[in-house]
Amino acid sequence: MDLGPYLLLASLEGAVAAAVLALTAVGLSLVFGVMRVVNVAHGEFFMLGAVLAWWFASLVAGHPAFGFVLALICAPLIAAVIAAAADYFVLKRLNYDPEATIVATIGLLYIIQQTVLMTYGPDARPVEAPFNARIYLPWFGYSTYKFFVIGAAIVLLIGVWIMLTKTRIGLVLRASQLDSEMALAFGIKVDQVYAMVFGLGAGLAAMAAVLVVPIQQAHYLMGGDPLLLSFIVVIIGGLGSIAGTVVAAILIGMSDGIISVFFSPTLAKIIATLLVAFVLIFRPTGLFGKRSI
Amino acid sequence: MLDVRGINVGYDQVQVLYDLSLTARPGEILCLLGRNGAGKTTTMKAIMGLLPLRSGSVLLDGEDISALPAYEVPRRRIAYVPQGRRLFSELTVAENIEIGLMVRDAGKATRDRVLDIFPRLRERLDQRAETLSGGEQQMLATARALCIEPQVLLLDEPTEGLQPSMIEQIRQVIVQMKSENVAIILVEQRVDAVLSIADQVAFIENGRNLETLEAEALRQDPSKLTRYLGV
Ligand SMILES: Nc1ncnc2c1ncn2[C@@H]1O[C@H](COP(=O)(O)OP(=O)(O)OP(=O)(O)O)[C@@H](O)[C@H]1O
Ligand SMILES: [Mg+2]
Repeated sequence: MDLGPYLLLASLEGAVAAAVLALTAVGLSLVFGVMRVVNVAHGEFFMLGAVLAWWFASLVAGHPAFGFVLALICAPLIAAVIAAAADYFVLKRLNYDPEATIVATIGLLYIIQQTVLMTYGPDARPVEAPFNARIYLPWFGYSTYKFFVIGAAIVLLIGVWIMLTKTRIGLVLRASQLDSEMALAFGIKVDQVYAMVFGLGAGLAAMAAVLVVPIQQAHYLMGGDPLLLSFIVVIIGGLGSIAGTVVAAILIGMSDGIISVFFSPTLAKIIATLLVAFVLIFRPTGLFGKRSI
Repeated sequence: MLDVRGINVGYDQVQVLYDLSLTARPGEILCLLGRNGAGKTTTMKAIMGLLPLRSGSVLLDGEDISALPAYEVPRRRIAYVPQGRRLFSELTVAENIEIGLMVRDAGKATRDRVLDIFPRLRERLDQRAETLSGGEQQMLATARALCIEPQVLLLDEPTEGLQPSMIEQIRQVIVQMKSENVAIILVEQRVDAVLSIADQVAFIENGRNLETLEAEALRQDPSKLTRYLGV
């Protein structure tokens, strides 16, 4: 077999990784952009989505699609509610002081992780894909579910984009981001906006995890990689820039997939980290950022 | 009627306002005069509920609005044109106006009325606020506030850095609001402008309201101005 099919396979794997990463990183980017909060617990909301997906799937008997659909709706919702509560009861009380919120979200990280360990346990558990037909390309078969993941991520990202740019909620959100004091002086309930954004960010991460869990298995330590990669993507894309985040996610996700197939996943992480270092040195505001940090 | 009663306000450690009291009546213009750093902007933010009061209260027709969350204050039709404009810079003119309209769910009629006052803005609805000229930005900041259909209008140095014709236009809007029975609190540095427009003048010094005078009395006898401001 020559190189072509390998490259195609690697690109497909990369596209799946990019799709999941884009969703996760946009959640992190939104939270940072609007609230200026660095959410270190972001990866745990991803993990929570995966574990909840397993739980919902195990609740429902019959065709795996039922459990999956239930998980796709409920798991992000639960993650969002937990995040919004954490914002309301913890971050708000810290007045969103940058250092204090980092410490608080580190605390949140351990609380979620340990709670899952105590309840769900240390095992990695699979969730059955809702459908599993394979498409036979001339060189190899490929799971239709993976195409679905890519498609679903695109639809969700377009949804977020429309929400931000075309709706009243998006307008209120952008106004709060630009000048929260003036937003307040124009009747915007900034507290509610923040809780909603923090919930939305966590919900997107959880959604990404639900999509990925039929491919990857749920495990209580699975939040680390998405967190690291999301940070990389948000920094490369430009802090607070949603478009930049998506572009960087595609870049990092694709190269991660391709390098992992041809060489090793470790090399992929090393290269991504090096890329961040270069971006920070030569273009500290990121590819799409314009504000200085 | 807006009644500021003996407010004490500060930032974290430092206190800025001491037992400051003011009264703004419908159809009247109350000017705040004072040196840089006297506490004029702080007074306006305190009225808007953006700074917590250590003591004292702000009453609107008898209702204590300082006990309300800040986002309720504009819904009581108190509008704020802040110092330095503070537009939502990356939003368009139309979107900035939309934010103003959303405060009280005002509709197209209000929007049209406000844009009729500032026709220049109507030509630039899709332009981002940060790309407007200084004068246009001030128009937009004023328009955004008028979308609330205010009964109390706070203007913090609305003519800062503007050319005479633009200053005149802003002045006319203020006079029009006064004729529509709006209670106006205006911070203005130019004494001649204050004397020509004000009904009452409050002298703020080191966070205290030294004295509130009828503008008429000041016009007759400007010696007080010299005493308080050294002009
Ligand atoms: N965010 C803040 N934190 C700490 N101190 C502040 C803050 N904002 C204002 N101050 C202080 O409060 C005092 C009053 O400031 P304020 O802005 O109310 O003055 P002002 O009368 O509006 O002055 P100007 O004419 O220059 O606009 C000043 O000494 C200022 O340094
Ligand atoms: Mg000031």
